[in-house]
Amino acid sequence: MSVMVVRKKAMRKWEKLPGRNTFCCDGRIMMARQKGIFYLTLFLILGTCALFFAFECRYLAVQLSPAIPVFAVVLFLFAMAMLLRTSFSDPGVIPRALPDEAAFIEMEIEATNGTVPQGQRPPPRIKNFQINNQIVKLKYCYTCKIFRPPRASHCSICDNCVERFDHHCPWVGNCVGKRNYRYFYLFILSLSLLTIYIFTFNIVYVALKSMKIGFLNTLKETPGTYLSPPRGAYLPLPPLCPVVGLTGFHTFLVALNQTTNEDIKGAWTGKNRVQNPYSHGNIVKNCCEVLCGPLPPSVLDRRGILQQEDSSAQGENSTRGPSTQEPSTPEKSSTQEPSAAQVLGAQVVGSIREGSSSPTRQSAVPMLPLSPTGMPEEAQPSAVELPAQSWEDGPTEH
Amino acid sequence: LSPQAHDLQELRRSASLATKVFVQRDYNDGTLCQFQTKFPLELDSRLERQLFEETVKTLNGFYTEAEKIGGSSYLEGCLACATAYFIFLCMETHYEKVLKKISKYIQEQNEQVYAPRGLLLTDPVERGMRVIEISIYEDRCGSTSSGSTSSGGGGGR
Repeated sequence: MSVMVVRKKAMRKWEKLPGRNTFCCDGRIMMARQKGIFYLTLFLILGTCALFFAFECRYLAVQLSPAIPVFAVVLFLFAMAMLLRTSFSDPGVIPRALPDEAAFIEMEIEATNGTVPQGQRPPPRIKNFQINNQIVKLKYCYTCKIFRPPRASHCSICDNCVERFDHHCPWVGNCVGKRNYRYFYLFILSLSLLTIYIFTFNIVYVALKSMKIGFLNTLKETPGTYLSPPRGAYLPLPPLCPVVGLTGFHTFLVALNQTTNEDIKGAWTGKNRVQNPYSHGNIVKNCCEVLCGPLPPSVLDRRGILQQEDSSAQGENSTRGPSTQEPSTPEKSSTQEPSAAQVLGAQVVGSIREGSSSPTRQSAVPMLPLSPTGMPEEAQPSAVELPAQSWEDGPTEH
Repeated sequence: LSPQAHDLQELRRSASLATKVFVQRDYNDGTLCQFQTKFPLELDSRLERQLFEETVKTLNGFYTEAEKIGGSSYLEGCLACATAYFIFLCMETHYEKVLKKISKYIQEQNEQVYAPRGLLLTDPVERGMRVIEISIYEDRCGSTSSGSTSSGGGGGR
């Protein structure tokens, strides 16, 4: 009997990632769902620069120097590259805990907190660490089922925990976090320079032309479009102030090694002797670390192949012999045995399926004692009264 | 040789996943990637403390090397910035190079230390750098929890 075996295209992990991101180019590009404002950003930058190159540059290159448009092109390309890099890269998303890990953490929490009487609210899930003589509280994320690392925060728009979370920027259509902060900073810096550059040379253009044909004639010289020079000269002005202001603000943050999130929440405002434990105390060192420090790669593994069984007409399950053809049925609750090579220490790349029954087999094993504060035994510095606001963005809290 | 090979196959098929232990991150040095060297009690009967600590300390050393802020990392950062980060299309970052070293080290450890004891280390990079996952296997038959896979006679037969 002939059977039709339909082989599905290998599914990549990005197709099954939780969270509210969109992926393009088979997982190479990662953005937030709402991209409308990002398209607006692109339009504004491209539009302004197109007008500048089309009109002013032709005149200024002849009258002053051809270096003017060349430098503008370099600055424009750099700003666009940084924008696309910020928008398309993984900001530092922390993958959610797999079921086994989540269950393990739950057991640890229960061991710490003990049984809570009926009707009482369970105590908040917090772990304390001492970083640089500062007590830092790690909060538990109910969505991702992990204790968030220090400086990480859960973005409610993208529904992901992001390391060194700065803010979610609708203008770039992505979160700004550990992995793309330097691109974001370079983008706003280069955009500020570009805006100032275009604005300056627009003024120069108007001035030069006025000297030749008079100011009023310069104003009258319009091919009919509203945006043509010299009216278009003032186009860069509206974005100039906010972009330059933002660059100044982020320069301040970089110098202090703070994130926008920490600044907004007033995490290190200085009351109760709270200092930023991540700052090196030296502006140059802070800048170097934030902008030139080592770049961690993405741990999301968007383009990894998801182990999938080939769909076949007769519904036969693929055998477990070959290691690449293991059935992937996350709903299966029984533990799956590993294939031959794995027990002997071959690298397992996501092919062991976790079983939900494993925690129950641990009844005979003593619980890991988790000290309530996880702090070292030596004298503790005065506990810090952090502001009443939670560590995460308000709307994200469960 | 063939009966021994046959026993090896038997042994492989007879192991099943018993439980997993997760070694958590240690944030006492800030946001640097370091793991706790506290010995998990579930491994008490399987693994010597010293071996475990050595593994975790070596891994911590690798991560420190990857995240080291110094002359070479600044140079890499500045060069990358000057090329608008296009240089990373042809070049690996220092961090990625160290991650490859870590991957090799974990494979070595699994082959030499952990697999013979019925354990399996998972590279933290596959768990989002949150934990070191150690899977504990035991004989399916349950009669002997033999650690060595190369012992003649096999288990359960």
